[in-house]
Amino acid sequence: MNRQVKSSLKFFLIELLVYAVLVTGYFLLVLNFMGPWLHELFQNERRAYAAVALGLIIGQGVLLEVLTRVLLSAIQPRTED
Amino acid sequence: MSFLISGTHIDPIYLIAIGFVVGMLGGFFGVGGSFLAGPALFAVGVPMNFVVGTDLAHIVGKSIVAARKHRAMGNVDLKLGLIMVVGTIGGVEGGAQVIQWLKHTTHMDSAVGLTFVVVLLGISGFMAWESVKTMRMSGHARAAKKPLPGEHPSRRDHSAMAHISRRIHRISLPPYVSLPVSGIERVSLWAILLVALVGGFFSGFLGGGAGYIRMPCLIYLLGIPTHIAVGTDLFEIIISASYGTLTHALKGNVDILIALVMHTGAAIGAQIGATCTQFFIGPRIRLFFIPLPLIGAAILIHGLLTGHPGK
Repeated sequence: MNRQVKSSLKFFLIELLVYAVLVTGYFLLVLNFMGPWLHELFQNERRAYAAVALGLIIGQGVLLEVLTRVLLSAIQPRTED
Repeated sequence: MSFLISGTHIDPIYLIAIGFVVGMLGGFFGVGGSFLAGPALFAVGVPMNFVVGTDLAHIVGKSIVAARKHRAMGNVDLKLGLIMVVGTIGGVEGGAQVIQWLKHTTHMDSAVGLTFVVVLLGISGFMAWESVKTMRMSGHARAAKKPLPGEHPSRRDHSAMAHISRRIHRISLPPYVSLPVSGIERVSLWAILLVALVGGFFSGFLGGGAGYIRMPCLIYLLGIPTHIAVGTDLFEIIISASYGTLTHALKGNVDILIALVMHTGAAIGAQIGATCTQFFIGPRIRLFFIPLPLIGAAILIHGLLTGHPGK
């Protein structure tokens, strides 16, 4: 395996690790702080629930990836050293 | 772990594992994976209405992750994707209307199930034949498609069925559009809309994102390179699945907490799947795709025979 492939593989694994930690943390935060509220919303305010549900899943997809990139841009110079 | 919204109790590790597998498939093949995730949720006691809605919600998140990754690799034709949205939404509504009409007949489940089985087996059979034929093609054809300087070899695509898309490109029905990202100089707008309409129809009629239909249609009918077809299909799935999530959430069919747990695994799987595409040429990705519709067909046949719906 040449150096370039090794380096990009290493960076991808770091990216994956950072992303996995963020995704898991996001879910635990939602579960702890929003779980009962979401249940209540589901029973009483279906329109608001639909909007929040879509927002949460899009948020998990978009925001966490942006956050991962920001964190990686801070980590990358150190890993390249 | 208890999920109050759907009133179910499921091991989160199971959900994360299902999400991971479906995420990898989605990232690599550009499919939603509802034919696997649906039966997997149903098997652990999630009510059928929540299976459909929750699966769509998790598909939205996973497709965003995979599509962004593909976009970073230059695999998403945004212009094509945006044009297709119109046809997709029209097709979804058309498919849903046919379902509404079939609801009044006594054989709805078997009619939908049998259509699905025929479509899935047809796709698998055709793609197997085409991929093998393409890979057996002489070195002459490959040489003609040598990568440009600085271009990754995986982006150069060739297909034994290229004459079909060439014929479609020659259709004289204005207005025309060019798709520089996909390497298409001119194609009738109506051809794109028709392909989107077909994909949308199957999405509305059979459920899920219908990537198993749209991805082959993009490759064989419009002549889109496989890698770009995968990325653009994921972009389409984001739109159709978001629309589906909203309507199902309004009807009380989405347990967002189950979707978020599944997405924990799916997001990681999608990153891996999307990254892996750059190491394979188009025909090989198409060859790997073949078992997916077969698995979906097997699940459906089992459901039809035992009376346990797979979807």
